[in-house]
Amino acid sequence: MSENLIVPTMAEMLAQGKQPEVLFWVGCAGSFDDRAKKITKAFVRILNSANVPFAVLGTEESCTGDPAKRAGNEFLFQMQAMMNIEVLNAYEAKKIVTACPHCFNTLKNEYPELGGKYDVVHHTEFLKSLLNDGRLSIEGGQFKGKKITFHDPCYLGRANKIYEAPRDLIEKLDVELVEMKRSKANGLCCGAGGAQMFKDAEKGNKEVNVERTEDALESHSEIIATACPFCNTMMTDGIKSKEKEADVKVMDIAELIANAQDL
Amino acid sequence: MSYLDNILFAIILIVGFGYFISNIKKIYRNINLGIDVDRKDNSKERWRNMAMIALGQSKMVKRPVAGILHIIVYVGFVIINIELLEIIIDGLFGTHRVFAPFLGAVYNVLIASFEILAILVIIAVTVFWIRRNVIKLKRFINPDLNGYPKKDANFILYFETILMVLFLFMNAADFHLQYVPGGYPHFIQAGSFPVSQFLAPLFNGINNDAVAVIYELFWWLHIVGILIFMNYLYFSKHLHILLAFPNTYFANLKPLGEFDNLEAVTKEVKMMMDPNADPFTAPAAAEGEVPAKFGASDIQDLNWVQLLNAYTCTECGRCTSACPANITGKKLSPRKIMMDTRDRMEEVGRNIDANKGVFVADNKTLLNDYITPEELWACTSCNACVEECPVSISPLSIIMDMRRFLVMEQSAAPTTLNAMMTNVENNGAPWPYNQQDRLNWKNEI
Repeated sequence: MSENLIVPTMAEMLAQGKQPEVLFWVGCAGSFDDRAKKITKAFVRILNSANVPFAVLGTEESCTGDPAKRAGNEFLFQMQAMMNIEVLNAYEAKKIVTACPHCFNTLKNEYPELGGKYDVVHHTEFLKSLLNDGRLSIEGGQFKGKKITFHDPCYLGRANKIYEAPRDLIEKLDVELVEMKRSKANGLCCGAGGAQMFKDAEKGNKEVNVERTEDALESHSEIIATACPFCNTMMTDGIKSKEKEADVKVMDIAELIANAQDL
Repeated sequence: MSYLDNILFAIILIVGFGYFISNIKKIYRNINLGIDVDRKDNSKERWRNMAMIALGQSKMVKRPVAGILHIIVYVGFVIINIELLEIIIDGLFGTHRVFAPFLGAVYNVLIASFEILAILVIIAVTVFWIRRNVIKLKRFINPDLNGYPKKDANFILYFETILMVLFLFMNAADFHLQYVPGGYPHFIQAGSFPVSQFLAPLFNGINNDAVAVIYELFWWLHIVGILIFMNYLYFSKHLHILLAFPNTYFANLKPLGEFDNLEAVTKEVKMMMDPNADPFTAPAAAEGEVPAKFGASDIQDLNWVQLLNAYTCTECGRCTSACPANITGKKLSPRKIMMDTRDRMEEVGRNIDANKGVFVADNKTLLNDYITPEELWACTSCNACVEECPVSISPLSIIMDMRRFLVMEQSAAPTTLNAMMTNVENNGAPWPYNQQDRLNWKNEI
């Protein structure tokens, strides 16, 4: 335990008779993927430093069912959804925050009809609200003056029309936010959505993530900011395939904020 | 004056509208081959969407060049058709410019604006033609359009040009006769005719009666042309001029990321998860009830809004030009999904017509015979196609329904996806990690 992260579980909270302000839904990528785990930890460091009483489900969390649903397996999706809803409702969860736009979209839009009604926010929206309430301050730190571009995740942007929260946060870092030629509602997918993350691409003449990485490189940014663990993987792979790892970093907005303040 | 002209006109009008209405009925019947979906809620927002997107063309101008040119043609089409009312009255009652004496100065302004719009339409249509046939924009030379669709697009442009030219020459002949020395019976001076007055000198030196015959000829060709064009819609992608309105009204209002939860599945999952449920006491399916089919393999499995979408598509290809799969050379083209759905729906419709109102199985389906699994699996569900569509069509919803059929009815997912789903089922994550290790990150350096 080198980092001293404070990560209570809902079970521990319940044992103490407490209800957290917000339930942090970590998601499968955030729990298991080595790159995404860093995003999870960065977000927790911010929550800890802002003294936000939160809790995770820990081993009681399970896949939301998003990849199964987008692959066409509605049975598996609904089984996952109903099991998760049982757990969430047992803990009387009210507000949920997640750093994964896929979990976010599924929890927010597809769970209510199945009995899971919560106030679901994406971590960029949540951080923005902490900032607005004066519970979080953002400084540029090591990123001050750098050129940063933001890649809109499809399930945050087009799917849920959240374009401004991530940009507002980036601008607070005293950086130069530059847009790619395709951004916001016209943003190009990273190639991972619709369960593509878990399968080989169909025959074509290019990988989607390479096409998108070219958009990012054209913007001459030093950092590609992401807000989705899958976009992060795809863009990181794209940068590797272009052999630009030395010049361009791919970072989640939570990491930018946490690292700027050496959290 | 004999009544022959008026009777002939009435017959042409009745045949023209009659055939059109009989085809509209077929469209209505074919759309109703789809399953029901409730889109009657929230009528206020629906009317607003229709006003903004269909009437107001708000999504067209996202691409300014095509958008503005399209608005010219669209406004021209709507405004110039006001003239149709006068043409129909004149035709039926043997009058000539029946509104001119009543409206006076207003009539002058109306005709003047029709003429200016007509010339603008000709210019816009010419640019459209150049974009398709000379500049060859990528979305217009895409293989989706090989064969009839490409010809269809050009036919429409030729038709519109011919109609506008006929209209202007008709007015030019009229204008010429209005100012011949001593005047010409019925041809009262009706206004400035700002465009056709420059064409009128073409008739100088021609016998007045001959010009009157030429005028009549243009008049008849113009109205018959309009009726032919109206009846061509049914066979063309150009149906969007009518269907864009209901299509934007009935479009999905939910967030684009929200995919519907299949109700039939909810029932089964609830029963599976209910510890008190006894599968042996489950009520047997009612007599004659067809067991629910999951997902879509043919047009009858899609809902009526998806089928309306297919008829509304005007094959502009904005969806395909924004599709990440298509951009990177995959077979998927959202426009082709819509075109295939319409082609199959029309095939089913013809089958019903040929078999006295009953569909006789033809051993074909939308899946495989039109749309291949390779296309369906290339989709990233990114919603770019839905966002792009200027008339609120959702190719994505059709793709998802067909994936559902492949996975739930045929177990025909790519093997890698099957592995992912097995993981989700066994250990609650798309990768083979143990659920008990979900919080390990907390203690890792």
